[in-house]
Amino acid sequence: MLFIATGAVGAVAVGSVAWPLISQMNPDASTIAAGAPIEVDLSAIAEGAIVTVKWRGKPIFVRHRTPKEIKEAQDVQLAQLPDPQTDAQRVKKPEWLVVIGVCTHLGCIPLGHQGEYEGWFCPCHGSAYDTSGRIRKGPAPKNLEVPSYAFTSDTKLTIG
Amino acid sequence: MSGPSTYVPKSALGRWFESRLPIMGLIHSSFVAYPTPRNLNYWWTFGGILSVMLMVQIITGIVLVMHYTPHVDYAFNSIELIMRDVNWGWLLRYTHANGASMFFVAVYIHMLRGLYYGSYKAPREVLWILGVIIYLLMMATGFMGYVLPWGQMSFWGATVITNLFSAIPLVGEAITTWLWGGYSVDNPTLNRFFSLHYLLPFMIAGVVVLHVWALHVVGQNNPDGVEVKNVARDTVPFTPYATLKDGFAMMCFMLFFAWWIFYVPNYLGHADNYIEANPLATPAHIVPEWYYLPFYAILRAVPSKLGGVVAMFSAILVLCFLPWLDTSKVRSAKYRPVYKVFFWLFVASAVGLGYLGAMPAEGGYVLASRLLAVYYFAFFLIVMPLLGLFETPHPVPASIADAVLKSTHSAKA
Ligand code: HEM
Ligand code: FES
Repeated sequence: MLFIATGAVGAVAVGSVAWPLISQMNPDASTIAAGAPIEVDLSAIAEGAIVTVKWRGKPIFVRHRTPKEIKEAQDVQLAQLPDPQTDAQRVKKPEWLVVIGVCTHLGCIPLGHQGEYEGWFCPCHGSAYDTSGRIRKGPAPKNLEVPSYAFTSDTKLTIG
Repeated sequence: MSGPSTYVPKSALGRWFESRLPIMGLIHSSFVAYPTPRNLNYWWTFGGILSVMLMVQIITGIVLVMHYTPHVDYAFNSIELIMRDVNWGWLLRYTHANGASMFFVAVYIHMLRGLYYGSYKAPREVLWILGVIIYLLMMATGFMGYVLPWGQMSFWGATVITNLFSAIPLVGEAITTWLWGGYSVDNPTLNRFFSLHYLLPFMIAGVVVLHVWALHVVGQNNPDGVEVKNVARDTVPFTPYATLKDGFAMMCFMLFFAWWIFYVPNYLGHADNYIEANPLATPAHIVPEWYYLPFYAILRAVPSKLGGVVAMFSAILVLCFLPWLDTSKVRSAKYRPVYKVFFWLFVASAVGLGYLGAMPAEGGYVLASRLLAVYYFAFFLIVMPLLGLFETPHPVPASIADAVLKSTHSAKA
């Protein structure tokens, strides 16, 4: 009886000490606070340009797409995509594409307007993305991630 | 520990102390009277060299910490300060940076020695696995150390390697966030890597103690791969024989080491690491340090993210299973004519993968990496188990003494 009680209390003690030791490594309150939403002014972004803003330590690409780029993104057959998604599922307004600028392979920053599909090209291990930020070729498994965002007015965008 | 422990201190004070803490007797039986096979060659000196390199890294590391600041805003500058302003700072830093490379040179030679002479076979399985654990700890330490100067390669190397864990299904993203302590590699990541980079070498030191303990229980293997049968005929005492031979090899190795420090201190590094980390721009080519390149090539050879990560880790973990994958009764490659050929092909494939790991991941390079990666695994998983069944080994000498005496006779004839 005493052995079992000792063992039970010991197990609780180990568990309750282990959890804080593990959990302290997760993002702390100040890091989470610094990850609050940010605002982007769209009026300054010319058609065809990609603007990079920093949010949560990562680059966010805000791309003002040209009609040609929009058409290319919409015309793709879903069957050709490793991670099938229509362009409409990835944008709120066709002229604005907002994606997290982190290659879904191992986290490098892809270069805009480059690669076979003229979306992005990742120099690290050669992943190519299209003008909808979808993976088309190379080792990356998924499309560039779309963060949560909202248009607060015609010229203002909030990310986060 | 094995070996005769007949040590009796000469002084009265020594005897008084010895009867309270018999540490001198332990040292004497482990490093003075300890019987070493009389046929050991210079490939057996790298264990001692590794021990010295570990000390070099710990000493230079502790001194560097006196001047280094683990913060994203100051880390890079504090390194420049060490290089320019701290007395002898350049020497300390170059010694530590090149010391890591020399440590890996020595460990690769040490491991290939084991692979060639069958040192992983019974009864040395635990000894071997402890070695693989040391190797893994060394890789982790080297990786985290490279992050500390907070240059471009530090940052992007850390990003790519921590992202390897995001390949794990379901929990991958949570694990990477937990490793980072944020949403990307940032100040919390640098802080924890610094803490662990300080800790791990001491853990290595602890495992080295176990490694040497296990070695002294089962005894050393030797180039002929036959066990010691008669201590008087087959062995010589550690001191002076092994001590002097190890000492000579160590000095040669130190000269080699010094050449790197004084003549080409930056050759093994990457120029981009003298540019401060920029989270918004990835360098055109991310290349890890040379000692990870074969594994990096295997990672990139597999056209799937999870598959690449699994292959990369398997390439290291497969080493743990060697004692059971190799079915041959004969230890040393000296008496295994076919194994010898496959062994050298393996060395060539590992070096080839190292070369490919530094090349861009495209076209012919990827194809070549695939072929070599297939051979790398086939060597362990197919060649080793089958060769034991099909190979006809040369006759093995009856004892170490026979092997030594026979070869001196034939040399004279
Ligand atoms: C910090 C790293 C290491 C240190 C300081 C170290 C130290 C030593 C020392 C002092 C010896 C005895 C001398 C000799 O036979 O060379 C030894 C033997 C041995 N080590 Fe290591 N070692 C390290 C890493 C490794 C690794 C990574 C492996 C393999 C994966 C390994 C496998 C072995 C084996 C199998 C032996 C017995 C060799 C024999 O007698 O044939 N060691 N080690
Ligand atoms: S990180 Fe982009 S292709 Fe590997």
